[in-house]
Amino acid sequence: MDTIERHAPASASMYKGAGIYRYDDFDREFLRERVAEFRAQVARRLAGELTEDEFKPLRLMNGLYLQLHAYMLRCAIPYGVMSADQLRQFAHVARTFDRGYGHFTTRQNIQFNWIALEDAPDAIAALAEADLHAIQTSGNCIRNVTTDEFAGAAADETVDPRVYAEIIRQWSTLHPEFSFLPRKFKIAITGAPGDRAALQIHDIGLTAKRDAQGRIGFEVWVGGGLGRTPILGFRIRDWVPEDALIAYLEAILRTYNALGGRENIHKARIKILVRDVGQARFAELVEQEFATLPREKFRLDPAIVAAIEAHFTPPPFAAVPDAAAALAGAVAADAEFAAWVGRNTHAHREPGYICAVISLKPIGGVPGDCTAAQMDAIANLAEQFSFGEIRVSHVQNLVLPHVRQDRLHALWQALRPLGLATANVGLLSDIIACPGLDYCSLASARAIPVAQRIAERFADLRTQHDIGTVFINISGCINACAHHHVGHIGILGVDKKGEEFYQITLGGSASNDAALGDIVGPAYAYDDVVDAVETILRTYLAVRSPGEAFIETYRRTGLAPFREALHAAA
Amino acid sequence: MQAKVKAKGSAQPLVVSANRLRDGRVVWLAADGGWVEHLHGAVVYLGEEVDAGLAAGEADEQRQLVVGAYAVEVVETPGGMVPLRMRERVRVDGPSVLPVAAE
Repeated sequence: MDTIERHAPASASMYKGAGIYRYDDFDREFLRERVAEFRAQVARRLAGELTEDEFKPLRLMNGLYLQLHAYMLRCAIPYGVMSADQLRQFAHVARTFDRGYGHFTTRQNIQFNWIALEDAPDAIAALAEADLHAIQTSGNCIRNVTTDEFAGAAADETVDPRVYAEIIRQWSTLHPEFSFLPRKFKIAITGAPGDRAALQIHDIGLTAKRDAQGRIGFEVWVGGGLGRTPILGFRIRDWVPEDALIAYLEAILRTYNALGGRENIHKARIKILVRDVGQARFAELVEQEFATLPREKFRLDPAIVAAIEAHFTPPPFAAVPDAAAALAGAVAADAEFAAWVGRNTHAHREPGYICAVISLKPIGGVPGDCTAAQMDAIANLAEQFSFGEIRVSHVQNLVLPHVRQDRLHALWQALRPLGLATANVGLLSDIIACPGLDYCSLASARAIPVAQRIAERFADLRTQHDIGTVFINISGCINACAHHHVGHIGILGVDKKGEEFYQITLGGSASNDAALGDIVGPAYAYDDVVDAVETILRTYLAVRSPGEAFIETYRRTGLAPFREALHAAA
Repeated sequence: MQAKVKAKGSAQPLVVSANRLRDGRVVWLAADGGWVEHLHGAVVYLGEEVDAGLAAGEADEQRQLVVGAYAVEVVETPGGMVPLRMRERVRVDGPSVLPVAAE
């Protein structure tokens, strides 16, 4: 726990904004050293002193992949929380080292697709200037922790998960024992009863909650993951006390590190270990490890928690007793604004405030893409309307978490000319799509143009609102970066003799009612897959009961009516 | 997951491709032994002739010019030579999509 102690803040007054973890001198010196180290590694590679086999693990430890057309730099946004200055720095990197845009991912990170190897050290140095880096965005380590995009703001939240996400970040960053795990390891955490972080598809999912006495503890899920062997995690513990959180995580990671497969990359994730030894036996092994750990060494001291909490003190909310009435008036006066408010906001815990979701899914756009100009504009709006805070959601949208209700209409008006006011959150055009074969060297098929064509087919937002909530997830390969298994409608791109085909699943969910989708039948050609999605949605409209959402209809009817309609249309 | 298809041994005409080390850009082996950014400048091999191209690619990997040289199947069309497989067509043409308002 030394790292956490060293990182304790000196005083809350040092923070420029609220709710953002602020680096101290130790953090910044560490990043400077890391940049210098990487710069030397790149120089040695370019000079021929390192082979590609020797260099590859080094560049991956700094988030640098070699993709289809260029190197891709994946930058960490810890638990999806960033400041306006940090977003501006991403815009700077996009302009200076890339082609003027970036791509927000389901891991709440951002990727730049056109980085040159010789520029990568300068790009990473630019990130470090804004307390940003690309550590733990690749490799077989504990990756960037993800959380609820409304953390610290949502009305339904019982515990602020950012505090524990930051603690886990500090515990896991360059953890010597867990830097060479059998495979990558992803942890998600939420502090609300409604799962907005897709806990059950993570290696570890944590729900922070309170007991009857108000003490904080964690419900722990383990063994989830998608890819070629999709498995939902199981609840290994209903309650781990706050002070035992790190010890319990250590116990899980140690058990996995000791017993996880290392021979076959496809059988190396913790989900395979849990499946093979069985949930009960795995839980026994973890408890045995937990019991033997020196508890005091791993005890999460309340003083440490308090020190981290100081980084996340609430922003200076104003008392705005008339804000709700002002918002209601604006909604009543403007139907288009009302539609946006209905889809793109979430209740805030502070009276008079609201969370606003900025859709990065304009009709015909690339899901998750954001231009440098848009990033700069959003940064300005965050400062103007949300205490300089921005969040990235795992569905590839951005959030301004703390907006005064009486200023929401002004925000919406400012977003419109930027192409950032699409009222489609949770609707069928709010599609999660991975970069797919347009960028990714692992992909089998394109995902982005399929998403664009589906959105364009249903471009009329009134139709989308009529269809209601439906999550469409499109992955360009079985690695499932777009979580297609848990989409209400999941689309998986596959390669058949060099051409693109798409397998469709129905009935998946990433929420509290997590489920893996069912395959509807043979895969569809690129030219036919959008027709198939339309058939599915029209079937839903035909068979739904009043007020019934897509997923509810599917659970009532099963595959049969959808299969029949698809068969008839073939 | 799509790996690079092992085209060596294919009855199709073949070219050799790689990514340039310094910037990662897609390149194709040309007749003069250099690497060009456009497929139409690539040298075409038939059958086992491609071994010479792959050997040249491996040598250029050792010289830190390219990364991951491999053979790619192509077909002749009225419009010129195109890769047989979608993955390689995307490498030739670049992404089929662009951000709505990229600067």
